[in-house]
Amino acid sequence: MMPSPTIKKPFDITAIREQFPVLSREVKGRSLVYFDNAATSQKPQQVIDALVNYYTTYNANIHRGIHTLAEEATAAFEETRDAVQEFIHASAREEIIFTRGTTESINLVAYTWGRQNIKSGDEIIISTMEHHSNIVPWQILCEEKGAILRVIPINDKGELLMDEYSKLLNSRTKLVSIVHASNALGTINPVRQIIEEAHSAGAVVLVDGAQSTVHLDIDVQEMDCDFFAFSAHKLYGPTGTGILYGKKRLLESMPVFLGGGEMIREVTFAKTTYNDLPYKFEAGTPNIADVIAFKTALQFIEDTGKEKIRKHEHELLEYATKQLEEIPGLRIIGSAREKVSVISFIVDNTHPQDIGILLDNRGIAVRTGHHCAEPLMQRFGIPGTIRASFAVYNTKDEVDELAIGLHKAIKMLS
Amino acid sequence: MSTQKTIAETEKEIVEEFSLFDSWEDKYEYIIDLGKKLPPLDDQFKIKENRVKGCQSTVWLATDFHEGRVFFKADSDAVIVKGLISMLIRVLSGHTPEEILNDKLDFIQEIGMTTHLAQTRSNGLLSMVKQMKNFALAYKIKNGSTKEYEHGRAETKNN
Repeated sequence: MMPSPTIKKPFDITAIREQFPVLSREVKGRSLVYFDNAATSQKPQQVIDALVNYYTTYNANIHRGIHTLAEEATAAFEETRDAVQEFIHASAREEIIFTRGTTESINLVAYTWGRQNIKSGDEIIISTMEHHSNIVPWQILCEEKGAILRVIPINDKGELLMDEYSKLLNSRTKLVSIVHASNALGTINPVRQIIEEAHSAGAVVLVDGAQSTVHLDIDVQEMDCDFFAFSAHKLYGPTGTGILYGKKRLLESMPVFLGGGEMIREVTFAKTTYNDLPYKFEAGTPNIADVIAFKTALQFIEDTGKEKIRKHEHELLEYATKQLEEIPGLRIIGSAREKVSVISFIVDNTHPQDIGILLDNRGIAVRTGHHCAEPLMQRFGIPGTIRASFAVYNTKDEVDELAIGLHKAIKMLS
Repeated sequence: MSTQKTIAETEKEIVEEFSLFDSWEDKYEYIIDLGKKLPPLDDQFKIKENRVKGCQSTVWLATDFHEGRVFFKADSDAVIVKGLISMLIRVLSGHTPEEILNDKLDFIQEIGMTTHLAQTRSNGLLSMVKQMKNFALAYKIKNGSTKEYEHGRAETKNN
């Protein structure tokens, strides 16, 4: 289990920033301002150290070794499973499956549960604000099975039209796959209500938690979702590691995903029997180092305090919204009442890419484009946006830098 | 469009122009200005066949072939890309397919704009350079059997 957090210190931004070595580097001769956290967050030194320490002192393949290194590596790997279980309040450690990331987690469900349960004429509901990873796997499945994909519309503020959602639900609805927090708008969706209604209609619910898990308190039991997917690298952890949470009875009933080592119980040429959860879904040598280091990232979040982080990020979001609203010609895309610290915007008569290039020359990293949510951009009738997303280590001074950079960029482009 | 200078001479000229700039701001202001001055491509050429789609911005490229020389016209919805396109046209347009195919566009590195050709930029510019070379290659092959082959109408309209 995750060690109990040390005594929580007050929120000290200087001390926090010091833990992230990349923040002290310069870009184009200026101090880096990193506002691309919704794409991936930076990593604290202790996460980097955990990776190095694994490779330096106990690198071994896990689970079947009888030697000391294999035992140490296995123990560390499995400790992360316990830490994740605790972090999202799953009822059992077997419900935590390690994947490569959110995309693979969603695909795992589509290829196993989906292929077993979706039939011709069945319906799957997603929303207008989904990331392509929560659209394409279902499109592939629908095409293969002759099922129908339904889409929950949104209003101009970027909020789901819940009445329309209720109308979409019917006895043919087998799955609702919904994003918890939008990567392009920041909107936090009322997943509790969505799940309750879906369950009443007899549908299973997958929640895409790629953007929400780092910001919000996640309790999968309280939420009552059937599946929950997220990635380590957006939670100050390493890339290439993700989680699929699934309710035990569902995971047990699902066919296997990839075949190979680790996921088997017994193999003969006549028949192979499969391993128990969670190993049934973890074929091959997993991403041992990154999984191990992910525990350290979760520990960082616990130690800093999720509520303090959320308060800090919310202050940054409010401050940035105020600053940006004052810029003539700038329009914020996504003004939902409940938002994570993501601010998306466009500027009249300029292309997001031009703004992004000019900001980069001032050492400011933002993301520009359609954010892998093309249908959402089509809904707003825009080619893309400029997106600034804030993390625990960002400051109001950096927001000021962004505002100055935007003023100058707009002047250069006009 | 001048066809008097060689590709190398035009590239040298651009490198000299850029050497006058002290700051990145000056450099980009110049590129933005070039982008704004590049005549917009007529809507009739903004067709699917001429579209070079990047992840973020879109580039349209229309070509024409006259007396053994390739002529380019292009446009983009992003102004910095448009400015860079304007320079590519200045360098390559009006030259023979062989000259276009042989040029390595070293001037882009010399003026410090290499990042815009990097894969990560996904802005359609790299695709556009490839597309320009592909057209040059296609004209070169076709020119082997036909003396004059006209593809687009972009240049004819302006000449």
